[in-house]
Amino acid sequence: MNPLYMELQWLPRAPEDFSVRLKALADSPGTLGRELQALALPALELNQLTKLAKVMSKARSDGKSLAPLAPFRLAVLSNSTIDLIVPALTASAARHGFALEVVQPSYDQAAQEALTPGSQVNRSKPDAVLFALDYRALPLKLSLGEAEASSATIQGAIGYLQALRAGIKANTNAVCIFQTFAPPAERLFGSLDRALPGTLRSLIDGVNRELAAWVPGSGDVLLDVAGLAETVGLADWHDSQLWNMAKFSFSDQLIPLYADHVARTVAAIRGKSRKVLILDLDNTVWGGVIGDDGLEGIQIAQGDARGEAHLAVQRLALELRQRGIVLAVSSKNTDAVAREPFEKHPEMLLKVDHIAVFQANWNDKATNIQAIADELSLGLDAMVFLDDNPVERGLVRRLLPQVAVPELPEEPAWYARTLAAAGYFEAAAFAGEDLKRAGFYQDNAKRASLQKQVGGVEAYLASLEMTIVFQPFDATGRARIVQLINKSNQYNLTTRRYTEPEVTEAENDPLVFTLQVRLADLFGDNGMISVVICRPGASGAWEIDTWLMSCRVLGRKVEHMVLREILEHARAAGIRTLAGTYKPTDRNQLVAEHYAKLGFAKVAEEESGLTRWELPVEGAEPESAPMKVVSRGFSAVKETTPA
Amino acid sequence: MEEAQIYDRLTEIFKDVFDEDSIRATPTLSAQDVDGWDSLTHIRLILTVEKAFKIKFSTSEIGKLEKVGDLVALIRARG
Repeated sequence: MNPLYMELQWLPRAPEDFSVRLKALADSPGTLGRELQALALPALELNQLTKLAKVMSKARSDGKSLAPLAPFRLAVLSNSTIDLIVPALTASAARHGFALEVVQPSYDQAAQEALTPGSQVNRSKPDAVLFALDYRALPLKLSLGEAEASSATIQGAIGYLQALRAGIKANTNAVCIFQTFAPPAERLFGSLDRALPGTLRSLIDGVNRELAAWVPGSGDVLLDVAGLAETVGLADWHDSQLWNMAKFSFSDQLIPLYADHVARTVAAIRGKSRKVLILDLDNTVWGGVIGDDGLEGIQIAQGDARGEAHLAVQRLALELRQRGIVLAVSSKNTDAVAREPFEKHPEMLLKVDHIAVFQANWNDKATNIQAIADELSLGLDAMVFLDDNPVERGLVRRLLPQVAVPELPEEPAWYARTLAAAGYFEAAAFAGEDLKRAGFYQDNAKRASLQKQVGGVEAYLASLEMTIVFQPFDATGRARIVQLINKSNQYNLTTRRYTEPEVTEAENDPLVFTLQVRLADLFGDNGMISVVICRPGASGAWEIDTWLMSCRVLGRKVEHMVLREILEHARAAGIRTLAGTYKPTDRNQLVAEHYAKLGFAKVAEEESGLTRWELPVEGAEPESAPMKVVSRGFSAVKETTPA
Repeated sequence: MEEAQIYDRLTEIFKDVFDEDSIRATPTLSAQDVDGWDSLTHIRLILTVEKAFKIKFSTSEIGKLEKVGDLVALIRARG
């Protein structure tokens, strides 16, 4: 079974203490809707879905409010056993913002329930009726090779479904959700099952084609179960043993996936499908980091394996835009640098014109996404945010829980498929107006103004359990140090390029203070992310020759922690002043105020824009961040944990 | 796997499936003894056990189960 679908891998994994949290929620007074939705958000297994549904039922019968989950009553007609599916439907609907009430008649009573005016289903006045029938419910008679008889059989099956529909429409105002039929995995002939009229396969194909033709125009809704079964594989969809034992239409392993699809359909019916795709840029829409790699270095070329993966993301984004989804960008980059590929790279499929709101700056992404939502006058629950970086995903999920943030695998080749599998943009209907929607938001890629900072970033960073490791240059780190020195363009104060022999020289010079800095957090090891070289300057001073950092760890106060480490060693060496220089290039505008931010005083400024700064070592107390600090390879190993 | 270990794991599974902290898997425990152990919860239980121990039971094996001790014997037989 493909785990992307079976385990709903675009959703975060359920917390270890799910059951404990659920119990705590069940016992708490007050309205439960938001917490229930949060608990329902991760990928849950059948037993977890069942427990969550039980808590919702009990809350309902206790008269507790499920606000702000929107109520929706869904009746389910089936020829199969749906008892294990019903709770999964309720729990999955909560994930999408709905308090679902399922009307479940007795086993295999679809026709009776639809056609009898006083039936349980008809009396319940549902908002929608789900025709969860499988192919065994249809009056299909094989007529191998007989075109006319086959056609009549197909029409007969459609007639049957329409009769059930008429019964529902005569007694309720419900929307009818018709499922297409998953054909069995077994074939009678082999290849001819598809080609010959009157085989079970071609009869079912015929019924599905007819359904696809009349349902969408009728005001009712199609749920393409045949397509879903095909995607996961008919052999995995059907479980003969489970049908024999308990009359399950499909394998229990696919219940969470199926339930999520039904929930998406309910959301689509209520117009709650998402409308905006917000894209991160570096390593999402192209391979590499534009600020460091430049136009020549990012990977989006046809024929480049990594590049093609990112082009697939661009292609999907463009196609989504064509069907009316609005595109926006949220990137940690200087605006001009981020726009460059859109404006100048020949292989970019996305152009500036395709992006309704282009947010490239150094603020946190939650604040930027809020600004995008405000600019578009759409709710956060209309947004989807695609980012390869788990730290950014975690931040947005934590601070803006209504934004959908799909998990992405390590391998970029699967990004496009994962986004598509998540189904955030499921549609119940498609109209001409949808095509124009993206255009309405077009305004030369506006930059949304940041009205307010979204709070909570500090707390989120503290929760990352970061460990920063300081070491002097050594042989092991040398290759990476040389790479960073020669590759870093943005967060680079002086952009001095050194060869490996020159780095080795600094490593071995007792008067030169060197630092290689590594950062790890809950999501993994970021590896080496900063390099510092201090050389003896005027008497009693260290000249900061090189200070560079990976932009990936911006906004976490790494530079403050690096300064603290430099100061400690400076004190130990009897140094009284730190002197730093900012040498402007067309790439490092970002760090013009780096030394000001760290409390240095500006002592000189030249016409070129070059600035010199100084900090007295005595009394310098830079801010500290909640990180565990490990300092080793100097005279003694030291470890300190944040207070 | 040791029999005691199997019973321990089954107890955790029973607690999860029946959503009941006080339940314990014992050799003579059967459907009559537990509230809510109907035919469908039985299916859910079997499916959960199969996934947890990474084994599959045949239809006839499942049909012959009368008490938890029978289930444990089946699991042990699978190695």
